[in-house]
Amino acid sequence: MTDQVERFPSARADSDVEEAVTQSALDTMARDDLDVLEREGLEIESLTQWQLTRRKFFQHKLAVGSLILLLIIILSSLFAEQLAPYPFDAPNVPDRSLAPTLTDNHFFGTDKIGRDYFSRTLYGTRTSIYVAFFVSFLSTGIGVIVGGIAGYYGKWIDNLLMRVTDLFFTLPFLPVLMILANFWGRGNPIRVGIVLAFLFWTTLARIVRGEFLSLREKEYVEAAKALGASDARIIFRHILPNALGAIIVNATLTVATAILVEAALSFLGFGIQPPFPALGKLISDGQDALTTQWWLAVFPGLTIVAIALCINFIGDGLRDALDPKQRVK
Amino acid sequence: MATFILRRILLSIPVLIISTVIIFWGMTEIADPLSSLRLLPNVSQQTIQNIVDRKHLDDPWYVQYVFWAKDLFTERNTTALGNNPIWPDLKRAAGNTVQLIAISEVIAITTAVWLGVQSAKKQYSVFDYTTTTVSFFGFSVPIFWFALMLQALVTGLFLWTGFRLFYTFGQSSFDIASQGWWAVLIDRLQHMVLPITTLAYVNIATYSRFQRASMLEVLNADYIRTARAKGLSERTVTMKHGLRNALIPVVTLAAINFGGLLGGAVITETIFAWPGMGKFFFDALSQGDAYTIMSWLVVTAIAIIIGNLLADIAYGWLDPRIRYD
Amino acid sequence: MADSVLEIKDLVVEFDTTDGVVHAVDGVSYEVAPGETLGVVGESGSGKSVTVMSALGLIQMPPGRIVRGEVLYNGRNLIGLPIDELRKIRNKEIGMVFQDPMTSLNPVFTVGDQIAEAILEHNASATELEARKRTIGLLERVGVPNAERRFDQYPHEYSGGMRQRAMIAMAIANDPAVIIADEPTTALDVTIQAQVLDVLKDATRETHAALILITHDLGVVAELVDKVAVMYAGKVVERGSVEEIFHAPRHPYTLGLMMSLPRLSGEIKKLLPIAGNPPSLLNRPAGCSFHPRCRLYHGREICRTDVPELPGGTTAAACHFTSEMAAELEREAAEAGIAAEGGRIG
Ligand SMILES: Nc1ncnc2c1ncn2[C@@H]1O[C@H](COP(=O)(O)OP(=O)(O)OP(=O)(O)O)[C@@H](O)[C@H]1O
Ligand SMILES: [Mg+2]
Repeated sequence: MTDQVERFPSARADSDVEEAVTQSALDTMARDDLDVLEREGLEIESLTQWQLTRRKFFQHKLAVGSLILLLIIILSSLFAEQLAPYPFDAPNVPDRSLAPTLTDNHFFGTDKIGRDYFSRTLYGTRTSIYVAFFVSFLSTGIGVIVGGIAGYYGKWIDNLLMRVTDLFFTLPFLPVLMILANFWGRGNPIRVGIVLAFLFWTTLARIVRGEFLSLREKEYVEAAKALGASDARIIFRHILPNALGAIIVNATLTVATAILVEAALSFLGFGIQPPFPALGKLISDGQDALTTQWWLAVFPGLTIVAIALCINFIGDGLRDALDPKQRVK
Repeated sequence: MATFILRRILLSIPVLIISTVIIFWGMTEIADPLSSLRLLPNVSQQTIQNIVDRKHLDDPWYVQYVFWAKDLFTERNTTALGNNPIWPDLKRAAGNTVQLIAISEVIAITTAVWLGVQSAKKQYSVFDYTTTTVSFFGFSVPIFWFALMLQALVTGLFLWTGFRLFYTFGQSSFDIASQGWWAVLIDRLQHMVLPITTLAYVNIATYSRFQRASMLEVLNADYIRTARAKGLSERTVTMKHGLRNALIPVVTLAAINFGGLLGGAVITETIFAWPGMGKFFFDALSQGDAYTIMSWLVVTAIAIIIGNLLADIAYGWLDPRIRYD
Repeated sequence: MADSVLEIKDLVVEFDTTDGVVHAVDGVSYEVAPGETLGVVGESGSGKSVTVMSALGLIQMPPGRIVRGEVLYNGRNLIGLPIDELRKIRNKEIGMVFQDPMTSLNPVFTVGDQIAEAILEHNASATELEARKRTIGLLERVGVPNAERRFDQYPHEYSGGMRQRAMIAMAIANDPAVIIADEPTTALDVTIQAQVLDVLKDATRETHAALILITHDLGVVAELVDKVAVMYAGKVVERGSVEEIFHAPRHPYTLGLMMSLPRLSGEIKKLLPIAGNPPSLLNRPAGCSFHPRCRLYHGREICRTDVPELPGGTTAAACHFTSEMAAELEREAAEAGIAAEGGRIG
């Protein structure tokens, strides 16, 4: 579940409850009090974990549809130069304030100096997507490192790192972002992305720490340790692959959160600023003409909704697919 | 319980002191209090020198901190340029925000609990799928855009019919005070509806997902079966035995959220020009006054600490297994 | 024996799952008379719980479905009864004790309130105070010390054994004619188990209630029970008195169960698990579900093709070759003798 901006960040930790719920009656089936015999267990015809996951994911129709739509949006924005009928920033006064129309390809209309909003939206989408993926990679990296160290080594390192993480959770999320972006971001997409990642890693750090803490105790990890495997080997060969599911789901949902938060920042004037195109800025440009030129705010907004919705559905599908408790239908 | 609360409050004091240090140090690191003033052509060298003297800007940051912290909660906590006391405005803003979030939280919690319970009771029904899908929209629609669309809709309605249902801007109409308390109340409500809707919409999506998940978990619990086996009505089973347990996570979350919301309604208040904490922060940040921002951060930190305390109290109150002593 | 107070007749219960239909209960019949104790035994997943839960409408529907069958309480069919009628039977006429006392009590209400709730629900005229007094009496009866003070405590302040006593107090709160105890001691320490069973036994003796005791513990069966129903893969495969079941089992599965018991006749014997796995209820073997694990099968076709019927009467087994069991028992006894001797020599 993605986090919206005006919410306290701890609201993001909701998957625990949901996870417990998936425990279905099927568990009763596996329970064996007599324990005399080994049960056949779940007959999964020797599929690898990844094949199984993929198969389950592709059964989630909403997720697959979302994936296709998202790919279309991403690809068309990546090829904005080729696809956009107009440049991002070229005024064309004779064509000003046009409502959406098919003539001259002004699908999303034009603003009061005649800039084509379809083209602007395409370019803006590209920036938003770049930044969101950048944020997701960066914050996932930080989160995995911090959470992994805390969970693997435990003791005082864990304590220290988790107190630091707690500190981040007690910050008013959006205002701190605004302050950092204002004084340090300077409207530059990369800087804004770094600022976002700086506040985004904490959720994942907690998840990874939890996974590491429990995986650390597993027999095969103990066995590897007993055999003298190095820490790095244990982490990368034995623990990380098992925590990968949770990491992937979180990284996916972070993309959606990043898009929403970046748009909000840019809308408020603290995020990405001209000359860089950004969807949030496009919407704030349209804010003054809400009733007369509604299309200026509506289309970039709908684009954000579409992207975020797709990613949330994909994340949902991934979560189901990676959940070992749910079986192939 | 009383000793627990007292101890928690005492423990909060060092936390608060540490956060003021971090706030002060962080702000002086990233935002030179004078940088924005130096850019203004009509600010003289003398004025700047006065500010430097008044705020001890020639001293190292920790000395500055001591002077700042000493006066933090007094009249002498002032803006850099105008030397205006910060507290009166900040207090008024906090009051306005509390009005807004108190109402919106009550609406959000009741709606979300109802939605969550109903979807859990009818898991996989059309109702359940609908609320799930709608909540996915809730997670995917940017708040600021949602607020703008509300504004556009209401304004459009006004332009079209000439009927003013709600206001899209501000807290009260000009000269309304002269028309009696009843008119003032109606006017205030007309101003509040849109910001409250926006704020509630954000939280309904989250809370209802939470409520659904915890209700589902609870409805599968053994003690629910026990309650049924006693011959209790389905209503008593779900509403007394189920809901009482399923409320615990949501109420705790809402309590935590309450602190965060006080400082978090920036977007909503800015768009609807509601003179609360969020708008206050937005303006302070736009004007670049470090002292105003720092005071604001301190208030928010206190609110968050109180929110966490409330969450602990609520948790202990709802769940007898938690014993504070 | 007197007329039965609760009789289950040809009950069939299925569950729809993503993997297909689970035939959890497939034509189960058994009955108990007042004052009588029926033991229901069988491997995990054989449908013991689902049978009794369905009787009181406590299974989830959907995914559950009662396909056919009757549950007669004093001659009245409970299946298909409107929920409001069924509610009057629950606890008032048929009390239930569940397996896990840790999770069967609601953590946010006091134990006393939860028991008193059962009294108030079924006695419209009772006041809170009366319910409290009766509850305290009940708690004393099941051996909860300091009942007055314990009334106002929460479940987490009780030990496991005490909680199960409280569950029994709740089950007998309205002096039901039938008590169903679904593995009431499985989750408890061995030392506590005997005490709790005593409490249960005393409670039924006092009120002359019928008791259905579901258990894995054949020791419990030997001690407490009058007659036994053995369940396998959703069916009752053998029915009989305790003596018959223990000393002259007529179904190879029952014999297998006895063999898997650590102490059969006082001597410590090697534990002999029944070979093979319990069948998948999604996809049961054709014919007799037990044949893949059966010692009497010997590849005979009828076992693969025909489902053996369970004949009526108090003593019966659902096996095509129940007549061969006598010889089988002799062979077992001979082997056991050798084993015991071997043990003595070594
Ligand atoms: N809600 C359900 N959905 C699907 N299958 C179910 C459900 N409840 C029970 N079953 C299935 O019905 C079968 C019988 O279950 P039941 O609980 O009656 O077994 P049992 O004999 O009581 O076992 P145990 O000794 O473990 O309690 C099991 O295979 C179980 O998986
Ligand atoms: Mg059972």
